[in-house]
Amino acid sequence: MKNKFAKHLALGASALLIGGSAFAQVKIAYIDPLSGPFANVGEAGLKGFKEAAEVLVNQKGGIMGQKLEFTGFDNKGSPQETQIQLKAAIDQGFRFVTLGNGSGAAHSLIDAVNKWNARNPDKTVLFFNYAAVDPTLTNEKCSFWHFRFDANTEMKMEAISNFMEKDKKIKKVFIIGQDYAHGHQVAKYTKEMLAKKRKDIKIVGEDLHPIGRVKDFAPYIAKIKASGADTVVTGNWGNDLSLLIKAAKDAGLKARFFTYYAGGLGTPQAMGAAGENLVLQLTEWHMNVPTVSTEKFALDFNKKYPGVWFYYLRVNNMVQMVAQAMNTAKSTDPKAVALALEDMRFKVDTGEVWMRKSDHQAMQPLYISIFSKADGKTVKHDSEGTGYGWKTLATISQRDSQLPTSCIMERP
Amino acid sequence: MNSAVFNHGRLLLWGGFLALAFALPLVFKSGFLVSLLCQIGIMVVFALSYNMLLGQTGLLSFGHAVYYGIGAFVTMHMLNIIGKDGGPLTTALLPLVGGLAGMLAGVVLGYVTTKKAGTTFAMISLGIGELVAACALMFPGFFGGEGGVSGNRVVGKGNLLGFTWGPQVEMYGLIVLWAFLATVAMFALTQTPLGRMANAVRDNPERAEFVGYDTQRVRYLMLILSGLFAGIAGSLTALNYEIVTSETLNAHTSGVVLLMTFVGGIGFFYGPIIGAILISVMQIVIGGMTHAWLLYFGLFFLFMVLMAPGGIASVIAIQRNLWLAGLFGRMVPHYLAVALPVLILLAGLVGLIEMSYALLAGEGVGAGDTATKVMKMELHLNTPGPWLAALGVTAAGLVLTRWIGGRTRAAWNSALATLHGDKS
Amino acid sequence: MEFVVISLLNGITYGLLLFMLSSGLTLIFSMMGILNFAHASFYMLGAYFAYQISTWVGFWPGLLVAPLLVGAVGAAVERYGLRRAHRFGHVAELLFTFGLAFLVEEVVHLIWGKTSVDYKIPVELDGTLFTLFATDFPIYKGFMMLVSVGMLVALYALLTRTRIGLIIQAALTKPDMVEALGHNVPRIFMLVFGGGTALAGLAGVIGGNAFITEPGMAAAVGSIVFVVVVVGGLGSLGGAFVASLLIGCIQTFSIALTISITDVFALIGVTLPEGSQVARLTITQLAPVLPYLLMVAILIFRPRGLMGARES
Repeated sequence: MKNKFAKHLALGASALLIGGSAFAQVKIAYIDPLSGPFANVGEAGLKGFKEAAEVLVNQKGGIMGQKLEFTGFDNKGSPQETQIQLKAAIDQGFRFVTLGNGSGAAHSLIDAVNKWNARNPDKTVLFFNYAAVDPTLTNEKCSFWHFRFDANTEMKMEAISNFMEKDKKIKKVFIIGQDYAHGHQVAKYTKEMLAKKRKDIKIVGEDLHPIGRVKDFAPYIAKIKASGADTVVTGNWGNDLSLLIKAAKDAGLKARFFTYYAGGLGTPQAMGAAGENLVLQLTEWHMNVPTVSTEKFALDFNKKYPGVWFYYLRVNNMVQMVAQAMNTAKSTDPKAVALALEDMRFKVDTGEVWMRKSDHQAMQPLYISIFSKADGKTVKHDSEGTGYGWKTLATISQRDSQLPTSCIMERP
Repeated sequence: MNSAVFNHGRLLLWGGFLALAFALPLVFKSGFLVSLLCQIGIMVVFALSYNMLLGQTGLLSFGHAVYYGIGAFVTMHMLNIIGKDGGPLTTALLPLVGGLAGMLAGVVLGYVTTKKAGTTFAMISLGIGELVAACALMFPGFFGGEGGVSGNRVVGKGNLLGFTWGPQVEMYGLIVLWAFLATVAMFALTQTPLGRMANAVRDNPERAEFVGYDTQRVRYLMLILSGLFAGIAGSLTALNYEIVTSETLNAHTSGVVLLMTFVGGIGFFYGPIIGAILISVMQIVIGGMTHAWLLYFGLFFLFMVLMAPGGIASVIAIQRNLWLAGLFGRMVPHYLAVALPVLILLAGLVGLIEMSYALLAGEGVGAGDTATKVMKMELHLNTPGPWLAALGVTAAGLVLTRWIGGRTRAAWNSALATLHGDKS
Repeated sequence: MEFVVISLLNGITYGLLLFMLSSGLTLIFSMMGILNFAHASFYMLGAYFAYQISTWVGFWPGLLVAPLLVGAVGAAVERYGLRRAHRFGHVAELLFTFGLAFLVEEVVHLIWGKTSVDYKIPVELDGTLFTLFATDFPIYKGFMMLVSVGMLVALYALLTRTRIGLIIQAALTKPDMVEALGHNVPRIFMLVFGGGTALAGLAGVIGGNAFITEPGMAAAVGSIVFVVVVVGGLGSLGGAFVASLLIGCIQTFSIALTISITDVFALIGVTLPEGSQVARLTITQLAPVLPYLLMVAILIFRPRGLMGARES
């Protein structure tokens, strides 16, 4: 019985092997949820990577004449499955992996990659992180084999609090978040940083709610309203964010919301008009940042993949930086690529991305923007076909979002 | 009694399985396969522990992942303690700790849940499962929040026989060993008076009461023991992946173990083993080939519920009975005859589903990319041609299956009638 | 005061929506003994059907047609799936609905995509109904209350004033007796299942645009409706009604309480050690799991539920 299964497995695995590597020269395994509830996020990311590799690398000569290719591996959002998929990828000859969704999966992958590299020094693997923002990944748990291309939660809060520092209209702040690591971190940094920068701001309330379980946010809004807050800070994402905004609109709450994730992956569509002049976000880019080539890339992308909206500029940055590192190192050996990526300063549309050597955290310009009616001028493009788009309120330079790191990196 | 439990045939069978399990990774030198086998080994223990409730005691639980998860978390904390301070334990013995943790959880929670059987038990287990899962996110101190708790299994002194458990193959050996021990223990349990009483409580609680047994006590004991083995399974997961996150004890995990056990067959001891192997393989292998795997999964499951509610084990058992009665040979031509139209039907259905995904879900993702790409290039999905062809194949398959299937069924029924006739 | 009134209104609105979902489940659960795990999937189907219809002919026809379509799907599921599974016992039935929930979600992914769809509140109902102490109460919430109360009245009339209603009612408590009296119980089952799912569909039509219509919406309410049914008690629509409102209000008001577990124990004179994570939890944090606590407590102390006629 078992033997038969093993044969099928071997057949299946070899079919995958042949299928996956037919043309690939430089292969990167994309391990993220491609089925189940978070599949939309994973699929959008994969499409972004494929398009970026094609347009920004392969059409411009590739990597030492070779093509860069991304292959999807479905981890179903699960930390355990992430490790199985990593093994599958390694079996198929992948030496580079990327993952972005879920700090749980990212922790799992960074652990697995560290252990694999320690136990198999001749077949090392390198992990590019494009969206998992838990600060510990570049602090306590930092690794030579991990590079992060997104700003982490702490850096984002630094940028938001710098903005709040200057806005004297802000008097009372309410913090609401999902009851898990990310929500806790957002709450913690908000309190710490505001206490340092604006002693006069009062934190009038702090609520944590279980992630993905609240249907009706009206009671929370009633509470925010009763607290008299003029500003709400939230790390919520997905439906927890859209529902929160909808409930605020229904109850006529006039406070502004500082968010991390209102900009894409269906959230603008879900909140629609409810978010007008109410919702602010912090991102490394949005459609109305005047960037000629990225704008064209985004428009082409949106046309090519209807229903999927270009969101991750950092995906483009990552693909180009990895390609450049390989070209500079004249090698696709993970260690050589890692050394070439360290301290790289890469010119992109929005300015410069710097990969800090001490913790492998990318530093890049960030933007604070507000959801407003698209007018064809300052708000040239709307977001996800809603008629509303993002209007830049402030630009945070690469230098201003830098924070010290506690990383003590073990280098091979 | 003992000789009846572990007779020669059985010893041979179990020994053969053990040898095969150890030999597999030596034959196929693939890291992926070893990972998959590890996952299967763990799931076998978990599903068997679940069947102690569902199959043997008639308790439908929606919160079995609680014991599994608690075993995993306690193991992980223990592993980290050993890593820091040393101690008498070694990695290889940690599943015992996880098992005890699961058992303890069973002692506490089971006291509440097992007061009633039937729907009440099912609903309480659902409620407690939700509560524990919610707690897991609220107490990051113990459960590690979103990142979970991680550790390194290469710790401790006095590694047994020079194994560090670092390489995946060594870990696989450890899993096989523990899975084997747990399986033997669980099987032995079915032969004890408690195991028999559990069956009685499942089949006829009133009568069990009349005979003088406290049904509540039997349920409680079974739940505690089931927690023990679920804890061992959880512990093995913790050691295998070296990370435990809150999802190990949520409703999804509880649902998966229920599916595995049921698909395998709850009426047979070995049923959950088959289910665990099959579902793990489906999730990981088919999941890697097509992104429609959840749909196939759902369809397969519905098919099993409606067509073979006794699970795969019961289908095998009937074949075995036919074989023993010398009737199997008579059925073979029928099986072969029906196989072809079923294959046609499947091919048509798979074609339809894959084409729908290619068209509606956009560009293919996952390793199943190639299939979708081929379809996009070779077939023009926006024209009716390929659709009509796939529909035609499906329809032909359906008609043929019904036609030939009808004959097979008739032959099947007559064989069964002969079988039962022989018996009575 | 303002806060109490607003919270009460919020609680009642939410409770009524829960009742729409759980009334159908109670009927099905009590009569057929099926824990219909796919009940919330029918809620989701209702929302998606209504969305699809609204893109063609607007919201109002959808309000009527979508629940009927959902009911038809439900009846077909009963006729061709459940009835077969029924022969193999309750566990098989339950697992059938379990698998069905899987399948429905995947089919929704396939047809409508994996992100939310833009199912809007109709313009006629978009706006503020009245402003109470500076908090707006949206028209749509009023409309939701109206529909659910209307449904409650219609259901009550159907069950007490019509012949079929009386048979259903009888079958709720004494299914064997009804069968013995020569009624076509399988057909009643199909009717009840179809009707129950249609009610869930109606809840989906009006809940889908009030909240968000997305493929995860079924899973989000899936288990809470079980809580309502169990707390209310088997075989009791009245119980389901009371339990829905109770849970709606508990959730709303507990969010308002910022006191921590330590404070609660302090009230009864017990001082908890400081610094432990349990002690620092606030009632607000616990709010969404309180219904489960309530359910476990009810099952332990009063297994037949608040107003239930029988146990399991």
